[in-house]
Amino acid sequence: MDVMEREVAQRPASPIVNDFSLVAATANGTGSQTANLTLLRSFFKMGIPVHGKNIFPSNIQGLPTWYHIRVSHEGFIARRPPEILVAFNPTTIYEDAKDLPSGGVCIYDSGIKGLPERNDITYYALPVSELIKDIDVPVQRKPYIANMVYVGALAFLLKIPLEVVEEALSVQFGGRQKLVASNLPVVTKTYDWCKENLQKTDPYEVAPLNKTDGLIMMTGNEAGALGSIFGGVSVSAWYPITPSTSFIDALKEFLPKLRKTDDGKATYTVIQAEDELAAIGMTLGAGWAGARSVTATSGPGISLMSEFAGLGYFAEIPAVIWDIQRVGPSTGMPTRTGQGDVTFTYYLGHGDTKNVILFPSSIEDCFDFGVAAHDLADVLQTPIFVLSDLDLGMNNWMGKPFSYPSTPINHGKVLSAEELEARGGFARYKDVDGDGIPYRTLPGTNHPQAAYFTRGTGHNDAAVYSERSSDWVENADRLSRKFDTARTLVPAPVTDLNPDAKVGVIAFGTTRYAIEEAKAHLAESLPFSFMRLCALPINDEVRTFVAAHDRIYVIELNRDGQVHAILQTEMPDLATKLISLAFMDGMPLTAKWVEERLMEEENV
Amino acid sequence: MSSRAQAIKENAIGLSKKDYDGSVSTLCKGCGHNSIANQIIQVAYELSIRPNEIIKLSGIGCSSKSPAYFLGMSHGFNALHGRMPSVGTGALMANHHLRAIGVSGDGDTGSIGIGQFKHLMRRNVRMVYLVENNGVYGLTKGQFSATAEQGLELKYAGQNEFPQIDICTEALIAGCGFVARSFAGDAKQVRELLKAALSHRGTAVIDIISPCVAFNNDDSSPKSYSYGREHEKPLQEIGYVPFAEEITIGDYDPGDLKVVDLHDGSRISLRKVEQDYDPTDRLAAINRLQAANANQEFITGLIYIDNERPNLAEVSHLTDTPLAHLRNSEIRPSEEQLSDFLKAYA
Repeated sequence: MDVMEREVAQRPASPIVNDFSLVAATANGTGSQTANLTLLRSFFKMGIPVHGKNIFPSNIQGLPTWYHIRVSHEGFIARRPPEILVAFNPTTIYEDAKDLPSGGVCIYDSGIKGLPERNDITYYALPVSELIKDIDVPVQRKPYIANMVYVGALAFLLKIPLEVVEEALSVQFGGRQKLVASNLPVVTKTYDWCKENLQKTDPYEVAPLNKTDGLIMMTGNEAGALGSIFGGVSVSAWYPITPSTSFIDALKEFLPKLRKTDDGKATYTVIQAEDELAAIGMTLGAGWAGARSVTATSGPGISLMSEFAGLGYFAEIPAVIWDIQRVGPSTGMPTRTGQGDVTFTYYLGHGDTKNVILFPSSIEDCFDFGVAAHDLADVLQTPIFVLSDLDLGMNNWMGKPFSYPSTPINHGKVLSAEELEARGGFARYKDVDGDGIPYRTLPGTNHPQAAYFTRGTGHNDAAVYSERSSDWVENADRLSRKFDTARTLVPAPVTDLNPDAKVGVIAFGTTRYAIEEAKAHLAESLPFSFMRLCALPINDEVRTFVAAHDRIYVIELNRDGQVHAILQTEMPDLATKLISLAFMDGMPLTAKWVEERLMEEENV
Repeated sequence: MSSRAQAIKENAIGLSKKDYDGSVSTLCKGCGHNSIANQIIQVAYELSIRPNEIIKLSGIGCSSKSPAYFLGMSHGFNALHGRMPSVGTGALMANHHLRAIGVSGDGDTGSIGIGQFKHLMRRNVRMVYLVENNGVYGLTKGQFSATAEQGLELKYAGQNEFPQIDICTEALIAGCGFVARSFAGDAKQVRELLKAALSHRGTAVIDIISPCVAFNNDDSSPKSYSYGREHEKPLQEIGYVPFAEEITIGDYDPGDLKVVDLHDGSRISLRKVEQDYDPTDRLAAINRLQAANANQEFITGLIYIDNERPNLAEVSHLTDTPLAHLRNSEIRPSEEQLSDFLKAYA
């Protein structure tokens, strides 16, 4: 075995083109992001489907960071354990190299000791300090520059044209030539050194493709912020929390570019609140007064917002809340991803509360749902929760350029002074149309019958305080009717139906990539249908899908199978068909896990 | 109601005083909060305020119920305990042409809501913020609030061991540009302060001592305490609240001390700020409040004013049209803007 493996490692293997996973292991705060994004963008520019995931610590400087890049000519972008390791972090070098599969590649800084002795992988040593010695940058910039060494080495080993790296670097530095000029020489110098000193014996390489033509690359948080802007958001209030902060950063960067008036005044405001309680309070206050409003947070912030969420549901106030999910309970793992906030958010608020949730799975979804959430909030007069996750929110994803909203902004049932006059007044919570959605007026409406008293206390349909049982029941039932109306308005699930399959998979959000890859791999051995939920509450399509299969596996990134439980509650008669495949370790799901679990369950 | 107001049926915008009424109060008879609601009605009527230009906001507690009892033609929002400032902030950013009257209590402001209270003032949101301060939790039957004086004794709560939070001092420290104190029974002073507050550029705080007829059955007066002991009953069983007259006090001169008897026989000492008091000196105002506290007096009147600091809407450089009234074309950028924007991400 040893002999064979050694031979594999030493013989120039037949090339594996555009199909590998690489990881750059560095210490947080050393500026490795620039190097990583340069690589990512280089593959993208070459037309090869690619995706990068930053696995980073909750720390400003020093703790280990891993940046995963999946390159796949087939377009699979789920996380896959890496075959290629850039070992630049002394504290993790042993574990990182130990974890490589047989036949893997380890590119390391020769100044770092402690590598495991393995003869089934290829080692390439780079004299990093030597390579950056003569580069003319201030001493404190040296560690940043050092990361460019692995860019140069990978350019040589993987056959990335240097002009592509230069272009990517330029994009990465926003065209600031001074920065390009100080980084690029490290890349070229390393490249030249590798050419003279390294003999490539591993099989991995890239070659130009045309599979990213016309695509864009963006993070989910940027896409969501842009969606909010095209959804007409005017007020945003927030409190910093990982991994949602970059959503608001994007909003603050984009709004001045897209929403200034001719006289330089703002048609928007972004307020950094004192905490999440105030953030959602401001968001609801703005929605009540008629401006489209958004806040972004993560699990701990959702916990803090629960009181206001209940008020928003009960007093029927539009607002949009993005939850970029991280790992909980409690502070949990702030820089790891998960789908653990579904149950809590769906029922967020004490008493009988149910909330509308959207599940984006791509940057296109983030944009589209970002737009749709504001229409839904206004039309349904209720807080709309968008449950993204850290993986989608903070990482760069390929996507089609976003489509401009196809329908005009819909402000829902808002009565103007003229309409009030024509109707002879209104009752704030009266179900005039039978859809559970009442009419509202905005503060400032100049009509003697416009005013009403918004309250979280029990009220009759005229918004007057009431402790009458019949008023309570009537109102609670109407809210249920409204929730049923929501089923017909939220984004419908996306179904990939295999008419011959006995088995179906239901999932939501970013697990789709692992499931889609697994689906392709299991096409022969275990064909299945796949339904991706885009929202809660569910509609009848879900019921039809479940009914059409013998068994439905509900795959999600949490411990308890939260959506599985919600689906069982929604469809008690079909509950026994639903099987939970839930897992949570803080990492994005792999196709391998999906395949193994499905095969195990189905005895394949 | 003054005789002048009775003589004039309609104000400058053709509304009668009745048009500024709210629904019938469900607070206890004689509660100072009702008196304050009446003064708000009177002031809005006298200033010919358009009801649709006002929003009324409150948190939770007895005080927070009161916005239902004035300006029935204005939109109202009874929010969460201690969280009214954030709702008001959002509403006023959505529509900065509105004027907000926020009504809070000592629990709502001094305890659960002290964070939002302070940040409201820090941002200088244009809101008249009234604290109907009785030093006690009325709705939950008589616990101390954070504004209760140290050493005070109450039937339910025993003795207050902790120093009081002084609303006006907190406001001054938070950078509030309008800080005043009054007494619910001093109708004239409450009205004057309300009028000034409504024209203030940013947050205007008026801490109004508003006696609780039911539970603030007193301070450390031995008489009152023994009264309580003689009538010892578990407070949870109270089903009857003594019918009390609203306490009103006559006019008193600047610099004078006015001692007021409360429902339970206890007393409160009010001292109106002197004629030559300079309300623009912030440090002096803090000193004046501290000195009054040491003397167990409440100074009343306008304690501090600074109308120079821009409010939140101003520092946000908002366009004149309220954000809530922007046309759809103003809140959704064009298709060309989207495709241009995305070029940088290709």
